[in-house]
Amino acid sequence: MTKTRGKVVGIIANLITVQVNGAVAQNEICHIDLKGVKLMAEVIKVVGDKAYVQVFESSRGLSVGCEVEFEQHMLEATLGPGILSRNYDGLQHNLEIMEGVFLQRGDYTAPLNYQQQYRFTPIANLGDKVQAASWLGEVPEGWLSHKIMVPFSFEGNYTVKWLAAPGDYTIEEKIAVLTDENGSEHPVTMVQKWPVKKAITAYKEKPRPNRVMETGVRVIDTFNPIAEGGTGFIPGPFGCGKTVMQHAISKQADADIIIMAACGERANEVVEIFTEFPRLDDPRTGRKLMERTTIICNTSNMPVAAREASVYTAMTIAEYYRAMGFKVLLLADSTSRWAQALREMSNRLEELPGADAFPMDLSAIISNFYARAGFVYLNNGETGSVTFIGTVSPAGGNLKEPVTESTKKAARCFYALVQNRADSKRYPAIDPVESYSKYLEYPEIISYLDEKIIEGWVSTVREARNVILRGKEAYEQINILGDDGVPMDYHVRYWKSELIDFVLLQQDAFDKIDASTPLKRQQYMLYKLMEICRQNPIFDNFEQCSVFYKDIINICRQMNYSEFESPKFKEHETALEALIHNS
Amino acid sequence: MTTAFQRIYTKLEGITKATVSLHAKGVVAEELATVAGRLAQVVKINGDLITLQIFAGTEGIATNAEVVFFGEPPTLNVSDDLAGRFFNAYGQPIDGGPEVEGEKREIGGPSVNPFRRKQPSQLIATGIAGIDLNNTLVSGQKIPFFADPDQPYNQVMADVALRAKVDKIILGGMGLSNDDYLYYKQVFENAGALGRIISFVNTTEQPPVERLLVPDMALTAAEYFAVDKNEKVLVLLTDMTLYADALSIVSNRMDQIPSKDSMPGSLYSDLAKLYEKAVQLPDGGSITIIAVTTLSGGDITHAIPDNTGYITEGQLFLRTDSDTGKVIVDPFRSLSRLKQLVIGKATRNDHPQVMNAAVRLYADAANAKTKLENGFDLSDYDRRALEFAKDYSQNILSIDINIDITEMLDRTWKLFAKYFSKAETAIKQEIADQYWTK
Repeated sequence: MTKTRGKVVGIIANLITVQVNGAVAQNEICHIDLKGVKLMAEVIKVVGDKAYVQVFESSRGLSVGCEVEFEQHMLEATLGPGILSRNYDGLQHNLEIMEGVFLQRGDYTAPLNYQQQYRFTPIANLGDKVQAASWLGEVPEGWLSHKIMVPFSFEGNYTVKWLAAPGDYTIEEKIAVLTDENGSEHPVTMVQKWPVKKAITAYKEKPRPNRVMETGVRVIDTFNPIAEGGTGFIPGPFGCGKTVMQHAISKQADADIIIMAACGERANEVVEIFTEFPRLDDPRTGRKLMERTTIICNTSNMPVAAREASVYTAMTIAEYYRAMGFKVLLLADSTSRWAQALREMSNRLEELPGADAFPMDLSAIISNFYARAGFVYLNNGETGSVTFIGTVSPAGGNLKEPVTESTKKAARCFYALVQNRADSKRYPAIDPVESYSKYLEYPEIISYLDEKIIEGWVSTVREARNVILRGKEAYEQINILGDDGVPMDYHVRYWKSELIDFVLLQQDAFDKIDASTPLKRQQYMLYKLMEICRQNPIFDNFEQCSVFYKDIINICRQMNYSEFESPKFKEHETALEALIHNS
Repeated sequence: MTTAFQRIYTKLEGITKATVSLHAKGVVAEELATVAGRLAQVVKINGDLITLQIFAGTEGIATNAEVVFFGEPPTLNVSDDLAGRFFNAYGQPIDGGPEVEGEKREIGGPSVNPFRRKQPSQLIATGIAGIDLNNTLVSGQKIPFFADPDQPYNQVMADVALRAKVDKIILGGMGLSNDDYLYYKQVFENAGALGRIISFVNTTEQPPVERLLVPDMALTAAEYFAVDKNEKVLVLLTDMTLYADALSIVSNRMDQIPSKDSMPGSLYSDLAKLYEKAVQLPDGGSITIIAVTTLSGGDITHAIPDNTGYITEGQLFLRTDSDTGKVIVDPFRSLSRLKQLVIGKATRNDHPQVMNAAVRLYADAANAKTKLENGFDLSDYDRRALEFAKDYSQNILSIDINIDITEMLDRTWKLFAKYFSKAETAIKQEIADQYWTK
């Protein structure tokens, strides 16, 4: 079949009109020839023989008459061994091997290394019945065992006719031949392509998440845990610590693989990951963090159209590793930038706008995307998961704007970063009252936590939340009526909530020890604080009350900065006990 | 600027306040043209119908005006001769000197490959405690002043620029009042710094749409010195609010659907393209951007400051402290996101803890003040916090003080000891033991 060709007839910024001589498909990829440089573009609308395409590059220098060639496929990710630890742009071009300091248009580098050999070991046997995503064999990719699977695009049932002998192969060499139900033969290599906008659904079932993913961040793990295979989002005005939060999670989360989609955000934040992750140790495995991380990077100054593609590329790679049985954590910073990219294009297409000029189907697009996360049972009984946490950058810090509202409907955990906490440097600035995790209501999660941490954990957490809530109410009353105008009880309530705030909710992301708190230590601290909160000491005046709790807070913070159960920690613990029991 | 192969047309099909359209062949996206001698740029191509945006406006343009296409986007001639010169938005000299000879570069060029960037790590000292102590700047950073129009942001920017140890200072003035333009010129001259300063200026006397070229001109010059010459370059952009206003004028005249606050839907990308030129390069060169975004009535939820805040690495607020009458950099609302890269590393190890404790205690003072205003009794702690705040603002934060960071830290420790106990500062034990002055 010959490829459809066309010529440029119109240009407005990166929206190009192309007159075509044959069939074109919605979302088909094409290349526009600018004096020998091929610029990649995607069809976003077709009217008669005119295709409207968005170029993933600056359109500067294009003119009427430039030749266009259509590629007969949608935007695809290239999936195979060698993705781990890479730094890609939004279209999965390898940024590390691009020439020069500046990104040159049309410099499209290969996502995988086609020369490198991988040591293949078969898993399947001749005659096995297989289907899409069945494991045929494995190759080592860094520390992990990368499964070579039946391509996701294979529909129906196949029989393994031939398998390559164990040995070294490049990714394009044939490693298996499968026979379909009609007896036709299909060769399989280590690399396959998949359209990024389609979910990979080659698994047996997707149950409700039933485990918690530990992050080391107390306000998440203790108060609003995220499930493995769950979804969460972090909205917040600028300067409230969204990025610090995402980086903390990416460093500490209990996942096999981290995919970071830097979507329309600051380049220096990505540089921080490039620079630090190859140096930092993963505390759980002792390997370098970069060994479990892949970065998909479309910073805010990179072409807008590729920004939208970047989150889909990242999700597709996450789903690919999930199909191998891994726990994948996908972080996208920020999904608002992606929504803005949709808005820019919708505007150029002169579509009727929805709220705040966003496209009408924004909400559907967002919930479709979040729905691709999940914990799954693979066809061979193994499990895998994609946990997704996105940040949202609400315009003007207003949580009623369309992107935040749409996301709230789609995500199960809500981590509201708020200005007033950030202003008083109470970091992480997650509002303890507004934020929630729906997973705390799942019976399967509650019993998981009973077993994993301690019997009755969730009810203790609820009790602590209540202390915070009551403290907040008391604080409002004190503010209205004055220190002397309220009963002593109000001061006690207020200070108990400050105690939990300062010791548990607040966490120093830049301190070596305090940055990450294991669940066991979180349990110790929460139970210690609740023991204090259940006591009702008598005070003569409110100053005495504040001094008492401030002293406790000070000791507890020193404990947070000390290694768990170290001599120093014990020293502070003894001081704390003395203080509590002498009151 | 005429060459042999220019295509010339003399029949306009349409004229609006900012654009003209005509039939022409072989036109390329974003190329420059002149319409009746005024500079214009191609913004839309539909078959052979071309729409041109005229920077100086279309007043008096006739349908038979001469249109000359250049075949290339806006360019700037770059060479070392740029240093010490003043230019208009088109890159033409306005200081009476000759045209600059050098390599012709397209402005608004490609972005740096993020993988080739280096992590910013060099502290830029300004002598102002609100910046150096609480919101330390780092080379390769981009940060705006969020300021009300009546605040002395141009003075502070000029101070910062002259104190910073950089090789070149590039001023991009957009809608600068003539008085402010002359102020900058005079301050730079008096400091004997003209040789390392380059200015691109659009004053309020000139057409607003011309402003759109200023930041790209300034940043193209900056890239020449940072990338080709490995120099440390500081770019000052003032006032980005007026730049964004010009964007909205153009988008409005192009019949685009406005989003929040009548701003174009692409505002975020438009601003990011400029600010992201800030970079630490692998060979030692760097571009640091300090900008001004004026606010109306301190409203930071407006689309311009809001989008800016999401792009830049922090923001600096100026405020007049009513208790002392001093202008300070507001410790609550200001933020430098890159400070973590240098504080306690390029500065003394107590820097992070001192900074946080002082701001927290300053916040306690603010609460105490609210209490006082509401007519409640103050506790002993409240009174001490208030005293501390006054001292802190007067003797450390005030922008008219110029001291180095170690001195800032020492002064803060003295204040801690004067007004508080160790426990009240909640500073990590080892640090407090080391520096507590009694």
